Amino acid sequence: MSSLPNASQLDKSGRRIVVDPVTRIEGHMRCEVNVDASNVITNAVSTGTMWRGLEVILKGRDPRDAWAFVERICGVCTGTHALTSVRAVEDALDIRIPYNAHLIRNLMDKTLQVHDHIVHFYHLHALDWVNPVNALKADPKATSALQQAVSPAHAKSSPGYFRDVQTRLKKFVESGQLGLFSNGYWDNPAYKLPPEADLMAVAHYLEALDLQKDIVKIHTIFGGKNPHPNYMVGGVACAINLDDVGAAGAPVNMTSLNFVLERIHEAREFTRNVYLPDVLAVAGIYKDWLYGGGLAAHNLLSYGTFTKVPYDKSSDLLPAGAIVGGNWDEVLPVDVRDPEEIQEFVSHSWYSYADETKGLHPWDGVTEPKFELGPNTKGSRTHIQEIDEAHKYSWIKAPRWRGHAMEVGPLARYIIAYASGREYVKEQVDRSLAAFNQSTGLNLGLKQFLPSTLGRTLARALECELAVDSMLDDWQALVGNIKAGDRATANVEKWDPSTWPKEAKGVGINEAPRGALGHWIRIKDGKIENYQAIVPTTWNGTPRDHLGNIGAYEAALLNTRMERPDEPVEILRTLHSFDPCLACSTHVMSPDGQELTRVKVR
Amino acid sequence: METKPRTPVLWLHGLECTCCSESFIRSAHPLVKDVVLSMISLDYDDTLMAAAGHQAEAALEETMRKYKGEYILAVEGNPPLNEDGMFCIVGGKPFIEQLRHVAKDAKAVIAWGSCASWGCVQAARPNPTQAVPIHKVITDKPIVKVPGCPPIAEVMTGVITYMLTFGKLPELDRQGRPKMFYGQRIHDKCYRRPHFDAGQFVEHWDDEGARKGYCLYKVGCKGPTSYNACSTVRWNEGTSFPIQAGHGCIGCSEDGFWDKGSFYERLTTIPQFGIEKNADEIGAAVAGGVGAAIAAHAAVTAIKRLQNKGDRP
Repeated sequence: MSSLPNASQLDKSGRRIVVDPVTRIEGHMRCEVNVDASNVITNAVSTGTMWRGLEVILKGRDPRDAWAFVERICGVCTGTHALTSVRAVEDALDIRIPYNAHLIRNLMDKTLQVHDHIVHFYHLHALDWVNPVNALKADPKATSALQQAVSPAHAKSSPGYFRDVQTRLKKFVESGQLGLFSNGYWDNPAYKLPPEADLMAVAHYLEALDLQKDIVKIHTIFGGKNPHPNYMVGGVACAINLDDVGAAGAPVNMTSLNFVLERIHEAREFTRNVYLPDVLAVAGIYKDWLYGGGLAAHNLLSYGTFTKVPYDKSSDLLPAGAIVGGNWDEVLPVDVRDPEEIQEFVSHSWYSYADETKGLHPWDGVTEPKFELGPNTKGSRTHIQEIDEAHKYSWIKAPRWRGHAMEVGPLARYIIAYASGREYVKEQVDRSLAAFNQSTGLNLGLKQFLPSTLGRTLARALECELAVDSMLDDWQALVGNIKAGDRATANVEKWDPSTWPKEAKGVGINEAPRGALGHWIRIKDGKIENYQAIVPTTWNGTPRDHLGNIGAYEAALLNTRMERPDEPVEILRTLHSFDPCLACSTHVMSPDGQELTRVKVR
Repeated sequence: METKPRTPVLWLHGLECTCCSESFIRSAHPLVKDVVLSMISLDYDDTLMAAAGHQAEAALEETMRKYKGEYILAVEGNPPLNEDGMFCIVGGKPFIEQLRHVAKDAKAVIAWGSCASWGCVQAARPNPTQAVPIHKVITDKPIVKVPGCPPIAEVMTGVITYMLTFGKLPELDRQGRPKMFYGQRIHDKCYRRPHFDAGQFVEHWDDEGARKGYCLYKVGCKGPTSYNACSTVRWNEGTSFPIQAGHGCIGCSEDGFWDKGSFYERLTTIPQFGIEKNADEIGAAVAGGVGAAIAAHAAVTAIKRLQNKGDRP
């Protein structure tokens, strides 16, 4: 394991490449890199380029409404902020939710995980590996044979099926209007799939597009809509009525439970027969492209998720913990309430602190925006050509765990779960690595394979399998609990603000699709006094800190060789393996609501 | 028909959360793959497009040049005015510049969702970035507002396919919303409306009324003041909608819905009941305030119900 470079050691002398906008992500992001004479990346700079300020908007509002505001932090990981918010409020007010509500929230959370991972791989990430134009050269018969070899259980595998897909694609390309594929990098040698694999992947791109709209219907049953299903402090709003008058018009009844089960089965089949085999097939062909490890080989953080027994974190299917310095033998405990553990810094962020060498815990966070560019910026204040990363350069703050920059997300969760000895995860990971080694003739160890761009992409697919498998358990548990006579879905004892203490503070945590998510709330006189969120992309997309520690995006891009520096295929590949979500990362705002910049109408 | 170019759509993103794009890809009829492969040419959309950076910007410019005056501009999110617009940066420049630039030669503009239409969550008090709806910036083009946080998928594809099929903008109300989807209140067509009329309400979460599917008005439902198609088209291929799933409507398609009091506060004024009234006749319905119109309305409908009962043979 190579040591992690400090920002001061990075070589900025080579050619500077700018990618703005970075596309196929949520929100707005910019990336700049320097490459040396061999086109190897020697310096990487990631900039969050949007900021909305939701927390100050929350100040003074009803804590029971907060979930709806913060849910709008992100429409891609929709629901995860709402869930984390109701947990924060319930933690502050000491509200325990009924078991049915716990299970329904689990089902909703996992629905998001499954949906988000599938859409990420096929619609945001696949075009970094798959060349749709090359698919026109494929032989449909050979594609069919490939499909049957890769995944014999997948029904859509006939030569006729792939011929139809190819014909449609051909018509599309020949129209001269390439739409979403316009100006893609289709003659770049970085693309390595044979035409048959490209055609198979294009077919699955379209199949996944159809499937994703169905899996989210579980949100529609329990939360009324997707994106942005409804949540509620104290439980869930979807009452249960199986056998009484009015059941047909009740949210949870026999037909809606059956409907949910069908959607779980569909998603499970797709994950097993399409998603996982595709990821392994892509990894097999790109076996020599093991770039992108970065921070993953060193520092990893997870708050733990998919809690089986309510309020018992030891029952998390993916456990909490931190790994530092690549030491998988020791998973360190994490306490989100400890002011010494999680702190945010702003020396390279467009905010100011009185003392920027100090970090602040989110319960005591301060956020004062300060948009200013460094003296070595090329361009102007409103037309940035090259950014000056020695100065402030991002709307993202710099969170640190005990001073360390940490990678979060599916790969972090999987390495921590593996290191913690979770059997289900160990079996998945060992099985996948064995399949990879067998198909490639390589003999890689876990520490060589997992901390990489491909490893990150594989961990996400494995997690999708875990999520969808355990949804079956949750569904069975829900039906079992109803059968045992429990219909409760909400605890309304403390619904009325007059029952609350004058002051309270709480924290809600979750593992969002992209990683560790925390919301910290202070309540005073029945209103929100302070609300702070640290989200996964704040961790992964962090700028440098005052000591020069670099974050996950920047570290992962280093040492990658680009085929053609003008075409950022490799940069996109690695950035996308994190599934950046910029609206999430850049909304943080003053807890005190102090006056911000003056309005300047242009 | 076969050789006619597909209408190019340039889809820009300002300050937003991408829920509109996510909703759009949920469309079941038409399927979104059919929309992007066969109906429109989605030449720029930074959430889904293959190219990035310079190549993405070049794709945008090429369509603007080649289809000057012929392309549709679809906007998700909105521009912030504070900090010289640098709270939202695209290509190193303020998003508002890109928005004005692309709007200049657009045939028509679609404002997706409540951000582009009204301002939505980042424009809620105190609106720290000074985010504004796009009609504050684009003043010389027709804008079709498709509000909602997000809008319903089939409403989004319905608006686009209407424009492609009939070659004109859908008929809009005074606020710029298509009448076909935003002409009636959710309450007007709600399947729980009979319980409202009968005075049967959910009083507390998870009570017997909640389990029987009674009206959610008393626990804050904004259906009586929200113009949207949720109770008719419903969500996610007609699967359900918020009220059917047991939570009141939060009014997410209404202007300024974030600043109209708690989502759990009971509406005290519901102007002008009766499904014969459309959005224009009633004007912008205002939630909150004082008055007993709702009680009167409930009483009137209850009386009507009794009368109707009496009329039955």
